Amino acid sequence: MKIDQDHGRFRQIVRGKVRQNLRKYISTGELVGRKGKDVVSIPIPQIDIPRFRFGDKQTGGVAQGNGDPGDPLGGGEEGDGQGQAGKDAGDHVLEVDITLDELADILGEELELPNIEDRGKNKISNAHDRYSGIRRVGPESLRHFKRTYREALRRMISTGSYKPDRPIVVPVPDDKRYRSWKTIHEPIANAVIIYMMDVSGSMGDEQKEIVRIESFWIDAWLSKQYKGLESRFIIHDAVAREVDRETFFHTRESGGTMISSAYKLCAQMIASDYPPGEWNIYPFHFSDGDNWSMDDTLACVELMKKEILPFANMFAYGQVESPYGSGQFIKDLREQFKADERVTTSEIRDKDAIVGSIKDFLGKGK
Amino acid sequence: MSKFALNTALPRYLRVEQERIEGIAKGLGLDFFPVVFEMLKYDQMNEVAAYGGFPSRYPHWRFGMEYEQLAKSYEYGLSKIYEMVINNNPSYAYLLEGNSLTEQKLVMCHVLGHVDFFKNNFCFRATDLDAHYPILDPLKRPARYDPDRRWIDKMANHGSRIARHMERHGVNKVEAFVDQCLSLENLIDPWAPFSGKARVEEVDEGPNEDEEVPRMRAKEYMEEFINPREYVEAQKKKQADEKKAERKHPARPERDVLRFLLENAPLERWERDVLEVIRDEAYYFVPQRQTKIMNEGWASYWHSRLMTEKVADATEIIDYADANAGVMATAPGRFNPYKIGVELYRHIEQRWNKGRFGKEWEDCDDIDEKKNWDMKLGLGMKKIFEVRSLYNDVTFIDEFLTPEFCIEQNLYTFGFSGRNDRYEIESRQFKDVKDKLLFQLTNFGDPYIRVVDANYANRGELLLTHEHTGADLRQDYAKETLQAVVRVWKRPAGLTTKLDQKPVMLRYDGSEHTIVPYRA
Repeated sequence: MKIDQDHGRFRQIVRGKVRQNLRKYISTGELVGRKGKDVVSIPIPQIDIPRFRFGDKQTGGVAQGNGDPGDPLGGGEEGDGQGQAGKDAGDHVLEVDITLDELADILGEELELPNIEDRGKNKISNAHDRYSGIRRVGPESLRHFKRTYREALRRMISTGSYKPDRPIVVPVPDDKRYRSWKTIHEPIANAVIIYMMDVSGSMGDEQKEIVRIESFWIDAWLSKQYKGLESRFIIHDAVAREVDRETFFHTRESGGTMISSAYKLCAQMIASDYPPGEWNIYPFHFSDGDNWSMDDTLACVELMKKEILPFANMFAYGQVESPYGSGQFIKDLREQFKADERVTTSEIRDKDAIVGSIKDFLGKGK
Repeated sequence: MSKFALNTALPRYLRVEQERIEGIAKGLGLDFFPVVFEMLKYDQMNEVAAYGGFPSRYPHWRFGMEYEQLAKSYEYGLSKIYEMVINNNPSYAYLLEGNSLTEQKLVMCHVLGHVDFFKNNFCFRATDLDAHYPILDPLKRPARYDPDRRWIDKMANHGSRIARHMERHGVNKVEAFVDQCLSLENLIDPWAPFSGKARVEEVDEGPNEDEEVPRMRAKEYMEEFINPREYVEAQKKKQADEKKAERKHPARPERDVLRFLLENAPLERWERDVLEVIRDEAYYFVPQRQTKIMNEGWASYWHSRLMTEKVADATEIIDYADANAGVMATAPGRFNPYKIGVELYRHIEQRWNKGRFGKEWEDCDDIDEKKNWDMKLGLGMKKIFEVRSLYNDVTFIDEFLTPEFCIEQNLYTFGFSGRNDRYEIESRQFKDVKDKLLFQLTNFGDPYIRVVDANYANRGELLLTHEHTGADLRQDYAKETLQAVVRVWKRPAGLTTKLDQKPVMLRYDGSEHTIVPYRA
């Protein structure tokens, strides 16, 4: 359709706008709640042709219905009632749907994220058939009517048996043509993100919100990079357990913190479910940096070195600042893994720091 | 249109209906151009609607935006477009495939109302391509009125013109310029086609020498001494200089800013062409904006009469009523031009049927007498036909909105209450309702902007003025629009207006915005 071209131009403009405002969207977490199945609905202010027009204060209008002066206009959202006579509604925020894929692209462009190099695992592949040509033999169900007709017509004309005034074309078996197919093997990259989060008493709602926003973007980026991305969720205080996404973001426990419990569970998960030859593995851990004891921290380091790092693409630790946490854990990690490329740490002071931390985590292209 | 010609022709059973309905409508006095109905799928419908009814318009992203919104709201089941009709001779109307027969009939009746309106309302004379402008008496028409309104062709030409410029100069460059022109799209003079004002600036190079020079009072014998010759000469020269400086361009404030820019801005050829296209199309849509209430009201009046009296049969009447109720629905804070329009025509019809007009009626204070007032004149039909020819929304409301109608229709004004942070009903007083309606209809609710000086401060700057009528301009939009003016004019530009009661000038010099107090 002709409109496709104009629609394409519009989408391009939208993309530009989203990109312009991306940092704002990230730090306010505005998009997280607007995620549908495959699309995110993004509010974009003012994609509009500016004109000389009256200011908002003087708007309002005439309508009909019940009510006394001073009554609020019932129904509808606020700001919905600005319809003006003979004119389209005044201000509206445009909502555009953007696929997660596109959003990840924009994120990648804006933060200049490198594409991830697959660790070269082509062992799992997906086979599917695709029609790719024509051949002379095949099942009747795949007979190509048009090609068959053409062959028959060609034969009849060349043998002189075709009569234009009685255009009946009868194919003989030799004329028949069938679709043929090829089986295509497509390598699929599989990846799993194992999210771990400290839900001890010192992690407040604000801290969890930060984790939620950050994980949304990590998900978006990694699903763009890998087909078939899985997510697993582990929460821990002094003990760790696996939960679903919903519970992950909404659980609050009290009690102490033993990070090693989560790492232990993570290691078990990798060992049992994700053979490292076939999977790209991404453990992400978020906490406020408060661990029970130095002994436990050492246990963590031990676990990482032996049971996690050898199998994972990278290990990411994000430390969310909280008024209660000591923030010691990140220092310990940095000390232990100073030279280790596979460990990425990032401090996230507040929502504005999310952008930087996403870049820390994903900027290495691993 | 040809690309639709193959697959959009009306099926036979609808052609039969069309003929029947047209016959009935003519019998009741409607007078319309020939109508070509076409049947579209929903996505074609959305496409055509996005282009404002013209499938081959110039390429622009805002049509794509429009399409996305229409398509989405259709997919979510929030709305669908039943019909669309184009002011063209012959008129084209689009029916949505998959609508029920009752709905299609309803739409056909509605469309005939519109086309009758296109042909007969005086505002639409401005879209006659073969008219000799200005049209000083819009009612004077040839006996067989068959104007050239081949706008579909014209818009298609516009489309290929702009597409050609895009090919030659690059899409981005041309599109950016189109954006700027669209910012100025509403700066035209809706009454230009009807005004007798000379199109060419009058040049008054008449003798202006012999004017009195102010002299000091002196007795005759002292004259030579008190007002010496040199002094008089100097005064004369000063006067002449002042006059010259005063001779502004334009001579009087010009509402058709677009025309002024076309004639005076240093545009490249393709730019001039683009601006011309935008201006032509802006003028095409003026009559429809001037008569939204009247036009929709008229079409609704006729679909309702045709359907309920002649067209629909008994099995269809419930479906009809359901569809009709959807069109007439009102909601808090929404003004439904269909509803108000049709009710006002009915109100007028009833008043003229019962003789509820004129001095006697106006002077009567007896409520009871007024309630039972019926002079059995039967002039209603004649009156509403006259109204549909001679009025536009502003005069329609101004003349026929009555206190009785306001009460009957439960009209109120609403506005934003800053104190309660919400929209509230403000008043049900007749005067308030009428004032607000007229305010919003006057100049389509847009501010009056005129060019006053093309050489402001003798620096070649363009000065526009906003005639402040009580409401301030929206700042951010005004600034961006001013930028568009500058990009077309290619020199700094200013706009005088009022901000919080103080006269100011917004100025943009190509890189920076300033707001300075202004004294004319």
